[in-house]
Amino acid sequence: MTEFNQPPNEPLTTGKSYGGSNIGAGETHVEAGPDVDVVAASAISAEETERLVTETTPDLSVFGPDVVAKAAEQMARYPESRSALLPMLHLVQSVEGYVSQAGIQFCAEQLGLSNAEVSAVATFYTMYKRKPCGEHLVSVCTNTLCAVLGGDAIYQRLQQHLGEGGQPLKHEDTSGTPGEPGSITLEHAECLAACDLGPVLQVNYEYYDNQTPESAVELVDALRRGEKPAPTRGAPLTSLRDVELQLAGFFPEDEATYRSHVDGPSAAVETLRGAQLAADRGWTAPTMPEKAPELPEVEKK
Amino acid sequence: MTEAETSRPDPVTPVLTKRWLSPNSWRLSTYEQLEGYTALRKALSGTPEQLVALVKESGLRGRGGAGFPAGVKWSFMPPNEDKPHYLVINADEGEPGTCKDIPLMMADPHSLIEGCIIAAYAMRSHHCFIYVRGEVPHCIRRLNAAVREAEAAGYLGTNILDSGFDLKITVHAGAGAYICGEETALLDSLEGRRGQPRLKPPFPAAAGLYAAPTTVNNVETIASVPFIVNGGSDWFRKMGSERSPGPKIFSISGHVERPGQYEAPLGTTLRELLELAGGMKDGIPLKFWTPGGSSTPLFTAEHLDVPLDFEGAAEAGSMLGTTAVMVFNETVSVPWAVMKWTEFYEHESCGKCTPCREGTYWLAGILQRMVDGRGTESDIETLLDICDNVLGRSFCALGDGAVSPITSGIKYFRDEFLALCDKNKAAPATPALAGAH
Ligand code: FES
Repeated sequence: MTEFNQPPNEPLTTGKSYGGSNIGAGETHVEAGPDVDVVAASAISAEETERLVTETTPDLSVFGPDVVAKAAEQMARYPESRSALLPMLHLVQSVEGYVSQAGIQFCAEQLGLSNAEVSAVATFYTMYKRKPCGEHLVSVCTNTLCAVLGGDAIYQRLQQHLGEGGQPLKHEDTSGTPGEPGSITLEHAECLAACDLGPVLQVNYEYYDNQTPESAVELVDALRRGEKPAPTRGAPLTSLRDVELQLAGFFPEDEATYRSHVDGPSAAVETLRGAQLAADRGWTAPTMPEKAPELPEVEKK
Repeated sequence: MTEAETSRPDPVTPVLTKRWLSPNSWRLSTYEQLEGYTALRKALSGTPEQLVALVKESGLRGRGGAGFPAGVKWSFMPPNEDKPHYLVINADEGEPGTCKDIPLMMADPHSLIEGCIIAAYAMRSHHCFIYVRGEVPHCIRRLNAAVREAEAAGYLGTNILDSGFDLKITVHAGAGAYICGEETALLDSLEGRRGQPRLKPPFPAAAGLYAAPTTVNNVETIASVPFIVNGGSDWFRKMGSERSPGPKIFSISGHVERPGQYEAPLGTTLRELLELAGGMKDGIPLKFWTPGGSSTPLFTAEHLDVPLDFEGAAEAGSMLGTTAVMVFNETVSVPWAVMKWTEFYEHESCGKCTPCREGTYWLAGILQRMVDGRGTESDIETLLDICDNVLGRSFCALGDGAVSPITSGIKYFRDEFLALCDKNKAAPATPALAGAH
C-alpha cells in the first residue's frame, strides 16, 4: 500500500484517535498487575486516567421528584420505554447544563439499562455535552456553504473574541464560568438547514441569520452583558437549559409564554421568496378541479 | 381544458409553499380557512387501498433524496394488523445545503400533520412519530402546538371525525447526528440507541420500529399527500415530468442574488432557477453547484440546462437528491470545498463499517494536506483509489455520498487539484519511504 505512505514533511498519522482506531498512537495499554501504577503507565493524561480509574458514586439528588415524574411522562409517550432515552438525556441536560455521570446513571435507573448502555448513546450524539456548558451555547455553522459566505471567519473571530490571554477559545469550551449568567460555550456546527440564510449561527438552537463577524461579536457581547437579543427566527431567547427542557418535550405551562414561544418569528424574506415572487407575478400552480376527484377504484380483496 | 393540460405550468408553482405567505400560517384557524383538513375528510371516506392506489397513480416520489415511489413504499406494508404498524416521519434534515423541511414545518405544520393522518390511515398505523433533528426547537414547538390543536379539534386521537380511526402523533427530538437521516439508523435512534444503520433486508415494512411493520417517509413527501387527495393524480401530474411528477421545493443558496425557497415543477433547470433567484451574485460567474446537497456529485456551468428531475440529474451524472441547489462562483476553490465536505462526512460517519469510517478519515487527511500545499500528484490517485474502496462497499449511503464531491470535483477540476501540487513537483525527488515496495 505504497500510496498510503506519507510525505516526509508531514506525518498524516499523528496519533489521532478516530472512530475507535488509534492510528499511529503506539502502545495504548499496559498489562496492570496489582503493583502497577496505572496512572503513571497510562497513555492518556494523568487527570483523565485518574477520573477513569476512581470509583465514584454520583450524587443523584439534583434529580428530584419533579424530574422523576417528567421521566415517567417521557416513557409513557412510547410503546417501549427505551425510546425515551434521547428525550431523557435532553431532560438531564436541562437540569445540569450537561450530561454528567449522575445524569447517565439517572437515565439508566429510570429505564433499567446499564450505565454503559446509556453512555454509549450519550457519547454518540453531538448535542449531549460532556462538560458543563455556559448559560448560552453559540453554534456557528462552518459547513462549506456557510463557510464560503463567511462562517469560518465568524467562528474564528468569536474564538479570538471569547478567548483569554491571546488564546482562542476552543470548540466546546466556555467563556466565563459554566452555568453563570453571561457564560458562553462556543462550538462550530455542521449544516443547520438554513443555507439560504447563511452564514447562520444559533444561540441555544434559535436562529440568527445572515451574520457577519461584527454582528456575531455584538451578539456575544450582548449575551455577556446579560441581554437576550431576539433571534431572527425562533422563540424569545432563554437559556440552553430552558431549550433543552423543550427538546425533552416540556413546554412553558403558562399559556401566554407558551403562545409567545410558538409564535416567535419564522418567515424570513428568503423563506418566502418563491411564494412571494409567484404572488407578485401572478404565477400559480395549475388550478385544482372544482370538486375533488373520486378516489380510484380498487378491487376488493 | 385540454389546452391547459398540455400547456407548461408557470415557472413557480406554489403548492406546499402557498400558505406560507399568510399571517400566522402555522395556526389551525389559518389552516382551516385555507382548505385545511378537507383532504382528511375525503380520505377517511375511502379505503386504505384506494389511498395507496391514488398515491401510486400520482407518481409521487420520495422527497428525502432517494426518490422511491411513495405509493409503492406504502404498498409494502402488510394488509393485516398482526403487529402494530408505525409511520415514521424523517424530519432529520441535515444533508448539507438542504433547508426545505425546516421552513415547511415552521410555516405550515398542519399540512404535515394532515398528511400523516392520511398516510397512517392508508397504512393502518395508529401511532406516528415525527423525528425532528434536535437543533431546531422552533420547529418542534410549532409541531407540538399543531398536534395539540389537531387533538383538540378531533383530527387526532380516538375515532377521528367519527371514522372509527385512531391515531396518536409523537414529536421526537433527535440529538445531533447526520446519520439518523438514514432510515434504519433513524429507527435505531428512535428506539433509544446509537443511530447506526441496520442491514437490509429485512426492510422496515417487514421489521422496522420495534421490529414491527414501519414506513419512513420524508416531510415534504407526506405534506404533498393532502394536495394529491384534493387535486387528484391528474392535477399533480400537470407539473413535472412523466416519471418525476409534481412540484418540488428547490432551496437555492450561495452566490446568487436572491437565495431562498422556490417551489417549481420538477424538471426545472438551473438556468431557470437562477433567473428566479436574480442571477449570480454581483455578476461573478458560476463555477460549480450541487443539484441536491453535498452527497450529489457536483455540476458545473456545462449543466445549466439539465432538467432537475430524478432522471435528468442521473443521466447527467449526478442525482436529484434533496434539490438543495448550492451555487458557488469562480472565487471558490474546489479542493477546499471538497475538503470541507469531506471533513463533514468524517465527523458524521457513524463508525459502524470500516470502508466509511477509515475511508473518510484518510480522505479528509489527504485533502487537508493537499489544500495546505503539501500534496503530491499521486495523492489524486490515492484519493480516487480510496473512493473506489468506499463507494458501494459501505454499509449505508453515507459512504457513497462522501465520495461524491471528491470524484466529481476531480473529474471536472483535476487541474485545480494538480495546481496544489506544483510546489511538490518542483521539489527534489522525495526520498524513498520506509515501507514502500
Ligand atoms: S451550510 Fe450552514 S446552514 Fe447549511
